[in-house]
Amino acid sequence: MGGELGSTHHILSVLVENRFGVLSRVAGLFSRRGYNIYSLAVSPTEDERFSRMTIVVDTESAPIEQITKQLNKLVPVVKILELAEADAVEREMLLATVKASAELRSHVTELVSIFEAKILDVGHEAMTIMASGTPGKLDAFSELLAPFGIVELQRTGRIALPKLARRPKARRLRAVSGGS
Amino acid sequence: MKLTGAQALIKSLEMQGTEVVFGIPGGAILPVYDPLIESSIRHVLVRHEQGAGHMAEGYANVTGRPGVAMVTSGPAATNIVTPLCNAYMDSTPLVVITGQVPYQAIGSDAFQEADTVGITMPVTKHNWLVTDAADLPRIIREAFHVATTGRPGPVLVDVPKNVSNQVMDWYWPDSLDLPGYKPTTKGHAKQVKEAVKLMAGAERPVIYAGGGILKARAAEALRALAELIGAPVVTTLMARGAFPDRHEQALGMPGMHGNYTAITAMQRADLLIALGARFDDRVTGKVDGFAPEARVIHVDVDPAELGKVRRPDVPIVGDCRLVIEEMVKATRADRAKRDWPDLSPWWQQVRGWQERFPLRYEQHDDGPLKAQYCVEALRDNTPDDTIVVAGVGQHQMFASQYWHFDHPYTFVNSGGLGTMGFAVPAAVGAKVGRPESMVWAIDGDGCFQMTAQELVTASAERIPVKVAILNNAYLGMVRQWQELFYEERYSEVYLSPDLPDYVKWSEAMGCVAFRVEDPSDVVPTIEKANEVDDRPVVVDFRVDYREKVYPMVPAGATNDDVIVGPEVGEGGR
Repeated sequence: MGGELGSTHHILSVLVENRFGVLSRVAGLFSRRGYNIYSLAVSPTEDERFSRMTIVVDTESAPIEQITKQLNKLVPVVKILELAEADAVEREMLLATVKASAELRSHVTELVSIFEAKILDVGHEAMTIMASGTPGKLDAFSELLAPFGIVELQRTGRIALPKLARRPKARRLRAVSGGS
Repeated sequence: MKLTGAQALIKSLEMQGTEVVFGIPGGAILPVYDPLIESSIRHVLVRHEQGAGHMAEGYANVTGRPGVAMVTSGPAATNIVTPLCNAYMDSTPLVVITGQVPYQAIGSDAFQEADTVGITMPVTKHNWLVTDAADLPRIIREAFHVATTGRPGPVLVDVPKNVSNQVMDWYWPDSLDLPGYKPTTKGHAKQVKEAVKLMAGAERPVIYAGGGILKARAAEALRALAELIGAPVVTTLMARGAFPDRHEQALGMPGMHGNYTAITAMQRADLLIALGARFDDRVTGKVDGFAPEARVIHVDVDPAELGKVRRPDVPIVGDCRLVIEEMVKATRADRAKRDWPDLSPWWQQVRGWQERFPLRYEQHDDGPLKAQYCVEALRDNTPDDTIVVAGVGQHQMFASQYWHFDHPYTFVNSGGLGTMGFAVPAAVGAKVGRPESMVWAIDGDGCFQMTAQELVTASAERIPVKVAILNNAYLGMVRQWQELFYEERYSEVYLSPDLPDYVKWSEAMGCVAFRVEDPSDVVPTIEKANEVDDRPVVVDFRVDYREKVYPMVPAGATNDDVIVGPEVGEGGR
């Protein structure tokens, strides 16, 4: 879940029909063609007929063009946008249970307030924290939490939407369509 | 009008113009077989579900209409996975209906339950699990649409038993709900222009015609383009018949067992015009060394094929027929304005290869009988438009090499998947689709044993197919590889020429059967077989096991390293 995308990582925002089995079709395509998924997030959209998948793919195994073309062949895949990092707003969420005995607790809460995170649960020796932000910010946060001792950590994978145009035609989005 | 899901399903198939369903009933599909009794649809009762799938493929390949197969749940569904995969690889339009356990029982490991939609996801273009009988007409319409448009392929509709029994209000949908499915058919005009620009400058062009020509019904358009630009044409295994073999521009089949001229013309070409072909590894050999000097125009209806193996200089997404017709128009206009290079030096080279490296084998009068001779004898003693159906292996390559395919849709075989056992059921399906044509399956003894029981189907249904078994008592192609690449260490390839006794076995299945060992008996026996028109015929040709398929490009080698034939005195000569 690195904050900086590697040079072989691409973000695909994939609009799919909201039907059962769609995730399985997409995941199956990646595995049978040997493509690597780096992270994957699925959620409903404003239109109940569709869901949006934000997939970070590793193109070391296959060129992004081939991956998007194969994805486009899946009947329930409606539209694919490839989001360049500079052209997208992206967020990710993190949940972490960190060791925090009484004497260290204040150090942890200090970090929590710096990163505008939230404490969700407190125990005698540990607390569970939620943070959201750019993947880079979450990387930094988890690095700073590490010395306290991370008991468990989970991240959602990034979700992304295109940046809005400030001026007409300022968007540098590349629509990846079936008919190239 | 109130109908059960089962009635709606059958009525939907009728609405789609289905004339025949290949299938076999069982528990979960029982409700659907009941309204079939009143239906106008013909049902061919197979002996194994794999047979139903391959029959539907054979039918689809010779008619251009989607083949329909119907089987029950669980083991029936898993048995039809091979034909689905085969059809997926060869882009054959297939609609397969499977029964499923009642919806409420799904996931409970019920009797004859299998996750059919999950299992067939990787081998279908799309599949559906029907959860409400009211969806059936729409789903069937969508299924036929997806199977037959764009790059054709197999689809599957899984129908739980309670859905078949559920009562619904009949309707026929006037629109489809497929927001993510919009195949591009019309080629980009600018790209067509770019293609013509490349063709106009080429001195050594080759048209590389693939199976997409046949799928798009573009054989006439291909011929028009070929004759207009005067380039040699190679037809891949999947495209045999797409361009007449006896046309002066035809070079025949390229690839691992293609002829020297077809292979070498591609290697030396300065332009490949790839039409509905996918640069399969059996055609390209080692990709890095394939057609090293050629620029590439690549036309395909599936955008994912463009650049998958070889990056084209001019990619064109679209239906082959529509795009080629545009190319023909644009070429005419261009040639009216300027002269294109003279191709006669190129043809001189090509003719030189043809003269020096023809296909060759030797048949001596006193035997042993050669498989190639049997294929040539069949070719010369059957009607011009005979449909040839092959399995997979040496016999398939001999059939493709030695037959003269002068008409489209006269060669059916398993190309991409290489499914042994394809020929017998596919021939039955082909004969059902084109009853007026003579259908000869050219099969191997290994292949024949995999699906021979469908000859029972053919006898029972009076489908008079003809089967030539080129019986060399071996898994011949595997034997060939063991001979050439495993130092003649033969491992598990011997099958015996007379176990089973093919004549007795065929007779037991209701066929007329002959055995041929002597070269002089070949033609008279073929003539006798051709006379039989009320039941299947099987001819057991006892052929020389030492014969190998040449030319051959060894696996992993470039096409420059083609082996033209055996050394003098090598086995089999």
